[in-house]
Amino acid sequence: MYRYDEFDERFVRERVAQFTDQVARRLDGSLTEDEFKPLRLKNGVYLQLHAYMLRIAVPYGTLNSQQLRQLALIGERYDRGYGHFTTRQNLQFNWPKLRDVPAILGLLADVEMHCIQTSGNCIRNVTADHFAGVAQDEIEDPRPTAELIRQWSSAHPEFSYLPRKFKIAVTGAEADRAVIKAHDIGLRLRRHPETHETCYEISVGGGLGRTPMIGKVVRDYLPKKDLLAYLEAIMRVYNLEGRRDNKYKARVKILVHEIGAEEFTRRVEAEFAQLDGPSINADPEEVARIAAYFAPPRYEVLPAVSNTLEAAKAANPAFARWVEVNTVPHKAPGYTALTISLKPIGQAPGDATSEQMRRVADLAERYSFDELRVTHAQNLVLPHVRQRDLYAIWQQLGEAGLATANVGLVTDIISCPGLDYCALATARSIPIAQAIQSRFADEARQREIGPLGIKISGCINACGHHHVGHIGILGLEKRGIESYQITLGGDATENAAIGEILGPGLAAEEVPDAIERIVSVYLAARSEGESFIDNVRRIGLAPFKAAFQETARAAA
Amino acid sequence: MPLLDRTGSREDRWTLSEGAAIGNIPAALVPWEVLAEALDAQEPEQVIGVLIPNNVPFAELAPFLPRLTLVAIAFPAYSDGRGFSLARQIRRLGFAGEIRASGPLIADQFAYALSCGFDTIELPEANAARQPVPQWLHAKDSFSATYQRGYGESGRNVLDQRRAARAAAPVAAE
Repeated sequence: MYRYDEFDERFVRERVAQFTDQVARRLDGSLTEDEFKPLRLKNGVYLQLHAYMLRIAVPYGTLNSQQLRQLALIGERYDRGYGHFTTRQNLQFNWPKLRDVPAILGLLADVEMHCIQTSGNCIRNVTADHFAGVAQDEIEDPRPTAELIRQWSSAHPEFSYLPRKFKIAVTGAEADRAVIKAHDIGLRLRRHPETHETCYEISVGGGLGRTPMIGKVVRDYLPKKDLLAYLEAIMRVYNLEGRRDNKYKARVKILVHEIGAEEFTRRVEAEFAQLDGPSINADPEEVARIAAYFAPPRYEVLPAVSNTLEAAKAANPAFARWVEVNTVPHKAPGYTALTISLKPIGQAPGDATSEQMRRVADLAERYSFDELRVTHAQNLVLPHVRQRDLYAIWQQLGEAGLATANVGLVTDIISCPGLDYCALATARSIPIAQAIQSRFADEARQREIGPLGIKISGCINACGHHHVGHIGILGLEKRGIESYQITLGGDATENAAIGEILGPGLAAEEVPDAIERIVSVYLAARSEGESFIDNVRRIGLAPFKAAFQETARAAA
Repeated sequence: MPLLDRTGSREDRWTLSEGAAIGNIPAALVPWEVLAEALDAQEPEQVIGVLIPNNVPFAELAPFLPRLTLVAIAFPAYSDGRGFSLARQIRRLGFAGEIRASGPLIADQFAYALSCGFDTIELPEANAARQPVPQWLHAKDSFSATYQRGYGESGRNVLDQRRAARAAAPVAAE
């Protein structure tokens, strides 16, 4: 993985010093609260419902064990012994004291980490496929691109005071595991059909929130060398033309929507044509320097299938089920990528205690070339595990309460922190997630239902990605009562789609019943091997709406 | 109003005119709406600058640039970054006069403004009083290098420094 050189190191240290100075200037009155707020946000310090929150960047979700141990330490020393992994592949601490923030930033800098641009109206922490570098369907590792963008976007002189926040995601695979179509810019590495060179397909104007939209492709095949100049052109058009009269209409998706994708593309291309690409883009040696850090580790030469694993599976059905659900095929024979579920039944999705973080760090160090990933689904991944080690890993995860076999299943729920923590939330999310998990706790039943993504947001801002949930749940507040709106048919993959609302909002206690009825319709109507989302697409919304109406009537 | 450049406080030689009547003001700063009219009245010894809102389309401004000595871009709020992009476009066309940011900027934006092509910052009195000049000069030098090429002084960016270091490094003996 990427390691800082002297320049990166100095930049992060200078950033800590700058923020420390900004805090001092706030305290002596040089900066007003209004002036200080955007500076604080750009350093990850967020004012929450009960306390400050600190959002730590995990660029493209990649971590090593030393970094995870440092996060565990910070959680213990400055929080309440745990942290929360988010849909942006970040880690949030919910209870740090403002006065401790400079010290925390220093501890992060010690392990090549930071909170830079995890909030505020700037280019946010870049995300990527959590199976980058290991997935069998990958054309090229997206992380060198993401790292190049991380550097380029850090303290960008022109694009640090944008109309609104700006999110970029990168994928290098056939399957989209980075939700690129729900980002302001989504980059997909793909091969040019004639030249066979890898290029970028560039989508702009996706996003969730109160106006969910799927990104539109503005370039099918951008040569890789032109990346930074092309991004500059997009950002300049957005910075100049994006609306600033209304913060709810300030995202680039609104600009693309209002002037049309064709006109937006025309403006970007006109700006791009004016740019002196070679003076802006990184030179090939720099790109190669970054890429070298993401070279595959030295895998052992192993048979494609491990007899040790097969024997352990045969002897232990619970282990076999966990392997089936939580691992995916790997580029290297005899290896697998393992997802560690942070969704044990009844817990807050995405939370991990400091002790669990240390346990995972130990496993990454011992079994996964010292590397791990944070997923946008709020889980962790050990990307390079020998199949023959899985049994030992499973046992150790079990001791830490981390061996839940539910990745991609109905209890692997994405959920924002909701009203329990968030100042923006209008309803609780975590208790809803917990109630649904409890309802579907039976493992056999979960497997029978198969892949099903439930995503919950506690407000219209959609941090829980409910719009792209197969089943989405949006918590709202109506006349002082929490009300939950259910959507169906959303999809976060390469077939990205926004879900449709099923009917009137439900009370919190009615939500598990409603999900149950939706699932029953699917189970009754599905054909052999058909997944939930495929079934919804085939039979349409009507049968689900009818069942949903029954829930609403029963509740009335 | 207080004015500063990269070296500190600076006298302002420009006089803002109400309308197009610039009389014999030696350095006349005129509002965007009356620029064409003011240029028609320009005397040989006179220099003219324009104060533009930050939403002026660059294509409309460009034809005037060869006759201007100063372009002042209004910042309605420091969080409104349109002025940075506008300055970049003006410089790209080869404008060699002064570009001024006019409005309630903060010291932390000084380095950004300079590297996007601004020369001067004109602050409202209250902002200048809260943020004395030494804070601006300190903030300007907070970072020894930046990650973007093509902004500000070349050689101050990380990518070019890495490139220079590679060029200077002895070839590895492998």
